[in-house]
Amino acid sequence: MIGGGAAGLEASSALASLGFRVVLVEKEDETGGHIKNWHALFPNRRPGTEVLQALRSKLSKEVELFSGKTVTEIKQVQGRFEVGSADGWKAEADAVLLTTGFSLFNASKKEEYGYGIYDNVITSADLESAFSAGKITMKNGEQPKRIGFVHCVGSRDEKAGNIYCSKVCCVTAVKQAIEVKQFLPECEVFCFYMDMRMFGRHYEELYKEAQEKYYIQFIRGRLSESTEDHTGKIILKVEDTLLGKPLKIGVDMLVLMVGMESPDITRKLGSELGLLNDSDRFLVSADQHISANVSEIPGLFFAGTCTGPKNIADTLADARSAALAIAGYFENNSNRS
Amino acid sequence: MKHEGKKLVWQEYQKEIADDHFFYARSCIRQTFFPGSEKVFTKILKDELGKDVYDSEHHTSCTGIGYHADAVPFETTMTVVARQFALMTEAGYENYAASCITSFGLYTEILETWHHFPEVEAKAREFLFKATGREFKIPKNLAHASDIIYKFRHEIAEKAKYRLVDKNTGKPLRVVEHIGCHYSKMFPHKGVGGAEYPYVLTGMIEAWGGEVIDYPERRHCCGFGFRQYIVQANRGYSIACSKKKFDSMEPYEPDMIITNCPGCPMFLDRWQYALSEMEGKTYGKNGNGIPVFTYEEVAGLVLGYDPWEIGLQVHQVPAEPLLDKIGIEYDPGSKFKGPNGEDLGHPEAPSYLKFYKE
Amino acid sequence: MAGTVEKVRFGFSVNKDRQIDYDANLKDIADIVLKAEPTINLCISCGTCASTCTAGQFTDFSLRKMILLVRRGETKGLENEISKCMLCGKCQLACPRGVSTRNLILQIHKALKTGAL
Repeated sequence: MIGGGAAGLEASSALASLGFRVVLVEKEDETGGHIKNWHALFPNRRPGTEVLQALRSKLSKEVELFSGKTVTEIKQVQGRFEVGSADGWKAEADAVLLTTGFSLFNASKKEEYGYGIYDNVITSADLESAFSAGKITMKNGEQPKRIGFVHCVGSRDEKAGNIYCSKVCCVTAVKQAIEVKQFLPECEVFCFYMDMRMFGRHYEELYKEAQEKYYIQFIRGRLSESTEDHTGKIILKVEDTLLGKPLKIGVDMLVLMVGMESPDITRKLGSELGLLNDSDRFLVSADQHISANVSEIPGLFFAGTCTGPKNIADTLADARSAALAIAGYFENNSNRS
Repeated sequence: MKHEGKKLVWQEYQKEIADDHFFYARSCIRQTFFPGSEKVFTKILKDELGKDVYDSEHHTSCTGIGYHADAVPFETTMTVVARQFALMTEAGYENYAASCITSFGLYTEILETWHHFPEVEAKAREFLFKATGREFKIPKNLAHASDIIYKFRHEIAEKAKYRLVDKNTGKPLRVVEHIGCHYSKMFPHKGVGGAEYPYVLTGMIEAWGGEVIDYPERRHCCGFGFRQYIVQANRGYSIACSKKKFDSMEPYEPDMIITNCPGCPMFLDRWQYALSEMEGKTYGKNGNGIPVFTYEEVAGLVLGYDPWEIGLQVHQVPAEPLLDKIGIEYDPGSKFKGPNGEDLGHPEAPSYLKFYKE
Repeated sequence: MAGTVEKVRFGFSVNKDRQIDYDANLKDIADIVLKAEPTINLCISCGTCASTCTAGQFTDFSLRKMILLVRRGETKGLENEISKCMLCGKCQLACPRGVSTRNLILQIHKALKTGAL
């Protein structure tokens, strides 16, 4: 199991309960992946720690966990797999499940948005950390009176190199907008969107709640550029597309909804193994509908966001499905270790 | 504002700028609006830095102004540009230095087109040969004149007599830098610093002691546009663009504006006069405007060239308040005197914009 | 040193800026109307109201646009706009979010008569 995030934890638990010996290797010192950074999860804003606890406590003692190890190579040796890390750690296995997850788009690549240049331009990940820390403040320590959210940063964007939609950012923006209002009821909140992709259960209701209960305003128009004015306010230029006119608005803080990308390590391992990846650089399974967890290589499987953006619920379901696929594989090959 | 963030962006956009042996293509209109600028450029390169700059009397307008005004078709413009390259090749040069920013954008556009569509390049060669019997080589290096001054900004700083500093307070001057649209908006990697935070003028200003102002409408076009400006009835559109920029930079109280395009300083300078007549508003303090300069004029000023020798008397927004601020020595009485000291008369004073005649 | 030239005839004047300056616009009408009819917050600009609108068939009245203009503070000519509405109620029938569209018109009318401007 390469990767100890949501998918890795869940698949490990599922495989262990089916009687398999699982070696779980995770690059960070703690398991949990990105959930560690999520203060609250959509749609009902339940604490991220609850889900993280549940996943960790499910993990039986039989699962051999190696943390703080970054896998740098996977080799196929006489029908088995050899997995190795940079510092010399090695393991052998009859099957490998890649649960290497996602990385977030580097917002500094959108130069015109000013991340890393203007003081109060942050990403959704930065904001989630602020929620966890219990306060939202501007660089100068003051509380913002108006916050803007920009959807689709690094997604649906040819210039950023990602033409795909990252699926979960819209609902994340709505969730974060509501959380901002809960922290700072007097703060005005604007979301600048191209589309509102509220695809999941209760997502549309969350959008309605954001408008009705929290007076969050949604303006359809993609941010073209942001600049700082002489007071430090961030001046935004969007088109109010539904009115057909350019709109200029100043905000105290700007939150960029950065999309999911396939991490460098996944692409590196994938190319060394000869695994297919798509133009979106996520790994390609044998069949998107029928065998989504199966790769081109017998014994090598995928689960979670390494095959594309997903929310946590779908990631966990995918992990369980991968465990089942692996069980089926061993059943067919009658080869257990 | 985190300056380091901008530095990271600038590092992404570095370009090759030739060191010496330039074929210099002058601008159609700069000599009229800012007569000293091209003179200063050649003087700095030849006399101060000892470089070889070839000034040809045979080159023509690149016809960019006609191309952008829909008056000249692309094939014609391309052939004229091919002729310019042919003159460069015949004179034995490989490094092309364009004085005008639209020219620079046009040459870049044509070279990119030829790079991606070799059949179009072949056509250009055919047209040129049939029309003039000339042949050309593609320039090894294409730079805008501001790229070259940028490249030698530290050498200029070393020889400088003055710095862009307020002599009374010791504080750096607050400088607005305005980049011509055709410099990097089309091909960000062909401009120093890219399109979002161009560095070519910022680098000069920083090297010469000034402080650059980042104001919200920094990226906005000055409104020159060719098609917009040429027809009188459309000029309201052009002047509105410059006004948007002035309104945006005003709260920062800039001391000066520097640009690297022929049209931009003309607009930013002359429109301040027009706006003052139309609306009674001036953007500097005490009825002054914000003086506008080309980068060559600024290079000349810091090197200690005489303001009237480099043509500052034709600026509609007077440069005197800034010259005094820097502490540049000049003779106010010589402003409207000819080369032999004869009195040339002087323009009428505007209604609102402060006027200096001696 | 005032000049002595005659007023210059330039032959053109400065074009008006059409950009919506959100911070410069007054939101008085928006505040009053949104408080009086909070369901307006639910609008997602789907345009169902405008497509079924009686007035919209023969004038350029669009309730969808009107809600946006009010919220942006672009209230020039608002009295004239709402006079086109027949109060027939087709929009209210059609709205998928349950916005009380008819009341919006009445509240704008009230705000303009008694309100801040």
